[in-house]
Order: sequence, then structure tokens, then C-alpha cells
Amino acid sequence: MVGLHQSDVKNPVLRWIDTRLPVITMLQKEYGVFPTPKNFNYFWAFGGLSMVCLMIMIATGIFLAMAYTPNTTMAFDSVERIMRDVNYGWLLRYGHENGASMFFIVVYVHMFRGLYYGSYKYPRELLWMLGVTIFLVMMATGFLGYVLPWGQMSFWAATVITNLFSAIPVVGETIVQWMWGGFSVDNPTLNRFFSLHYLLPFVLFGLVFLHVAALHVTGSNNPLGIEPKGPQDTLPFHPYYTVKDSVAICVFFLVFAFLVFFAPNYLGHADNYIPANPLSTPPHIVPDWYFLPFYAILRAVPSKLGGVSLMFASILILYLLPWLDTCKVRSAKFRPIYRVFFWVLVIACITLGVVGSQQPEGIWVPLGQVATAYYFFHFLVLLPVLGKLEPTLPLPESISQPVLGGGPLPAGAAAKPMEKA
Amino acid sequence: MRIRPRNLLGAGLIGAALLAASLFAAPARAAEEIELPSVSWSFSGLFGSFDRAAAQRGFQIYNEVCSNCHSLKEAYYRDLIGIGLSPQQVKDVAASKRVPTTDDNGQPAERPALPSDHFRSPFPNEKAARAANNGGLPPDQSVIVKAREGGPDYVYAILTGYVDPPPGFKLMSGLNYNKYFPGHQIAMPQPLRDGTVTYIDGTSNVLDQEARDVVTFLTYIANPELEERHRMGIKVMLFLLLLTGLSYAVKRKLWANVHH
Repeated sequence: MVGLHQSDVKNPVLRWIDTRLPVITMLQKEYGVFPTPKNFNYFWAFGGLSMVCLMIMIATGIFLAMAYTPNTTMAFDSVERIMRDVNYGWLLRYGHENGASMFFIVVYVHMFRGLYYGSYKYPRELLWMLGVTIFLVMMATGFLGYVLPWGQMSFWAATVITNLFSAIPVVGETIVQWMWGGFSVDNPTLNRFFSLHYLLPFVLFGLVFLHVAALHVTGSNNPLGIEPKGPQDTLPFHPYYTVKDSVAICVFFLVFAFLVFFAPNYLGHADNYIPANPLSTPPHIVPDWYFLPFYAILRAVPSKLGGVSLMFASILILYLLPWLDTCKVRSAKFRPIYRVFFWVLVIACITLGVVGSQQPEGIWVPLGQVATAYYFFHFLVLLPVLGKLEPTLPLPESISQPVLGGGPLPAGAAAKPMEKA
Repeated sequence: MRIRPRNLLGAGLIGAALLAASLFAAPARAAEEIELPSVSWSFSGLFGSFDRAAAQRGFQIYNEVCSNCHSLKEAYYRDLIGIGLSPQQVKDVAASKRVPTTDDNGQPAERPALPSDHFRSPFPNEKAARAANNGGLPPDQSVIVKAREGGPDYVYAILTGYVDPPPGFKLMSGLNYNKYFPGHQIAMPQPLRDGTVTYIDGTSNVLDQEARDVVTFLTYIANPELEERHRMGIKVMLFLLLLTGLSYAVKRKLWANVHH
């Protein structure tokens, strides 16, 4: 038996495999009996939901790519062919388009959950940073995909966004031409964007694997932000959280299905049904809704380089978050002041989103500037200072304790859930 | 057992708030434009489907009026099946059009269209279209309803929005005044008036009726999948509601003994 894994699997075929490549043991350990804090609320379902989104996007995308033509003279028509001639092509395409929106909604909730409950703190810093990387790659993928239908917004969003890089001193122009594969957004640009749009989701898949691997080293955070003290504080992942996540997945699909079947173009922009025309600039160039907050930050200062730097900084700052937040207490439940400022941040981000959808004039300019200023103030000033000054509430002894009324644990009661596993 | 409706509600609220914020952001763009007339359409709503008679009258208008300048190049003659024409009627409609082809000597020629052909475009290319239209390009109408903020209401508004310009308005030569067109100066002369077409089915041919009918047709052409989408959507939503209920019941039963 030298070198063979000791497997508990009963089925002889699976056992033969498992002794040589212990994937079944691994699955059982990581997704079956994996000890998970028993006090998750439904916000903890959004990580799993993101994974569902990624799979939907890859599945629909592969089939779309079979009928899509990445050529400036044919791309728009090929999308219409998908909508009209491909069997259930409209379902694939509307599913992919709205799937992107759902993906961002789910990931934004997932990120704000992490902010509220301090999930980025020791020992989960790397887990968080992998998450930020996933977000960055997602944004790139979303942008590249928006260009592919080659409508007016596709073309002009591509022009505006790639031109951002021209703000880089000295080499900016060269970098932009290198990205375009020419002297303007044109066929070579569309070709490489399609190639990268197909590539990046698989990069995402790899990053998600690392994100989950890191999660399974540290274990999950939970609404109380304290580590499980023992088996009385945890439940096996299956069936407890597989079932609980199933409820969340059903609700997710309800919202998703409503968009796809009854309002498929509601989150899109009408101008993208006009074929790309380099000679005619639309009056309002706006990105997809999920980029609007960043678009508002971009336009917050009257300097191209300044705006571009701020926009990238607004995301890169998240990498430093585990060290910017100096408070040792994780959950906002026990941080009365932070809890208020968390909601201020949420409001600032939603404000930025609305500002990003408007023409940069009138009240929207100062409003965008105030919200941008708060965003940076929150991370760079408030979190480091608050951690030193804020009087935090006393933490409970353990996850089981606050529910049982603070008294000592009755010996049998806490262990009971484990018996069911 | 203790369930946590508060957390469930919270999760739902955040999701809803994010969605609402994004939705709120979209219509805000068009705020400065004039309010469009709100028309009640047969195809709107969860159970909406196309009024076949209206769509067929709309096709008659497209055929007799719009198609003189506007292409419908993404659509096929066979799409007319979807508004209730019989296969033979579709063949006849197609056969009455001549589409470009090449003859056996490789020379440009024309042949009668087939149901599988795209709608014949009125001009061979953009330059020809502009030359014939005072420099303006009549946009393709295949997805025109999806390509304008306001959709069917907007197209209806344009068709019924030709009025005399207000006193003092400087109208550039060759352009026409339309109260709903951005900037009010539109290259297209008023295409439809009371009595522009004589309906085969005897329906009153006032402008309002004509505009409604052609918009119904164009909405069908832009969304030929709409009825199938709505039907499937209802089934999927009902199934998901049931599944949500079931999975929540299973979850409650499973978690009944967990104290948390």
C-alpha cells in the first residue's frame, strides 16, 4: 500500500480512484464535513452565488462564442443572428447580458458583507486580497464583453476607457496604440478584446479556486466575528449550508429570471442597439451600471491623470484595507461608531453610482466630489483612527453563548447538531 | 427554533437597494427630454403578446410607406409567419420583391425573393441612401424600437409629433419640425398622416391608428422572440417560486434543532 491514500470510500471504483487521487476525500473534507460557523446569515450565501454567476457566464458565453463573429463589419449582425436564428439564442444572449449585472450585484453585496463583518482582518488578509484581484479581473472582463456587440456604446466606451491610459506620462500614447493594435479602436481591437474576453473568465476560475483554497485554510468569518471555539460552534457544511445556500440560489434565480424574461434590456443602454459609428459620438457616453461609481470618481477632478489615478486608487486601496483598519474587533456588531460610517460608505457608493449616470454638470459635480472625498477619507483616515479610538462592545465568549443567554453551556445541547451530521 | 427573518430581509433589502439604485440611474438620463406619450401596447406586461391584426396592418404600412427609405435588414420575410401570415402568403410577399444576386455569367442581376431572404433594402449602400435623402441616412428599422430611449412610445411619439414649429423657431432648410425629436429638427418628412394607407381590413386609417400599428409591427421585428420569452418566463417564475418554497421548507426542517 506504499504511496496509496487510505480511503474511506465504499464504492470499489470510486475507491480505486480515491486511493490514487484523493479527490473524493478532498471533496468530503472541504464541502462535506467542513466545519462551518453555525451562525451565518444569508449574506454568507453571496460567495456561493458569485460562483454560480461565474458558471452561468462561462456556460452561456461558450455557446455565444460559437455564433459570434469578432469582426467590425459583422459583429453587430452576428449578435442579431444569435437573437433571431440560433435556437434559444435570445435566452443565451439575454442571460449572458443580465448575468453580468447579476454577477456584479452579487459580488458587491459579497464585498460589503466583508466590510461590515471585518472579514478582511487577520488571518484572512490574503483571502481578501485574492478577492480584490477577482474583482479587478471581473471588471476587465465585463468591460471587454461590453465592447463585443459593437454597438455605439461598445465602441465609444472602448474609446473612452482605453484612452484613460494615455494619461500615463511619456509612454501613455504608445501604450494606448499598443492596446488598440492601431491608431484608433478598430478591427484589431475588437479581435483582441474577444480573445481576452474568452481568456479572462478562466483566469477568474483559477483565482476563485485560490480564493476558496485560502478560505478553507482560515475557515469562514461569521456575523459575530469571533473564531469558533469548538465543535459546538460549527456545523458540517453539508447538509446545513448546502441547503441554506439552495434557498439563496432559488431567490437569486427568481430575480435573474425576471430580468431575462421580462426586462432584458432594462439595465442596458438603448444606444448599443445602434451599430458602432466612429464618425458619430453619442451625446452621453456611459459605461454599464456596475462601473458608474468608478466613472464618477474618474470625473471627480478636472485633470485626466488625476481622475485616472483616483479611479485606480479607489480599487487598489482595498488591497491595503487589512492594514488600514487598525481595529482588532471584526464585526460591526461590536463597533457602534464604525457601524454608522459603514452605512455612510454605502450611501457614498450609491451616490457615486447615480452621479456617474448623469452629465457632469450642476449639482452632480460637487456631489460626486464630496462622495469621492468621503470614499478616500473612509479608508485612509477614518479606519486607521477609529481603530485606535473607538470603544468597542464586549465580545461574546463564543458563537454558542449569546444565544444560550450568556449562561454556561449545557453539556448536551451544544453538541446536538453535530450528531445529525 | 429561531429563524432570522431580519437577516433574510436585510439581505433582500441590500440586493434590492443596489438593483434599485442601478435602475434609478438609467431613466435619469432622459430626464431633460420632453415627456413621451404613454401608449397602452398589446405586447407590454408579463402576459403581453402581439395584436396580430395590428402587426399585419403595421406591415402593410412598412411595406407601402417606410420601406421606400428604411431597410429592415436583420429581419427575414419568413418572420412574417410570427404575425399570422400563412406560409403561402409569406411566399407571395417575398416573391413580389426583387433582391440582388449574380447571374450565371457573374453579372449583377435580380431575382424574386424567398421567405428565407432578408427584407430587401431600398438602397444598395449608405451613399446611395444619403444621396436620395438630402444627405440624411434613414436608419435601419430592425431594432429601432430597442435602439431609442422610450422604445415603442418614442417611435409612436416621433410618428405623431409633427406639428408647426413655434413662432420664432429657426428651422434649417430641408429639415422638419417634430416636438419629440431631440433638437426638434428631423430630416424625415412627416411619413404618416390621416389616410396615408387604406387598410385591407377596413380599419379606420387615422394617424393615431397607423402609428400604433406600425410600432406594433416594428416591435415584433425587433423582438420576434417576445411571446416565447414571456410564455417561458411565466413557467420559469412559477417553477422557481415553488422551488424556493420547497427549499425553504427543507431548510427550516433541517435547521429546526440547531440553536444559533
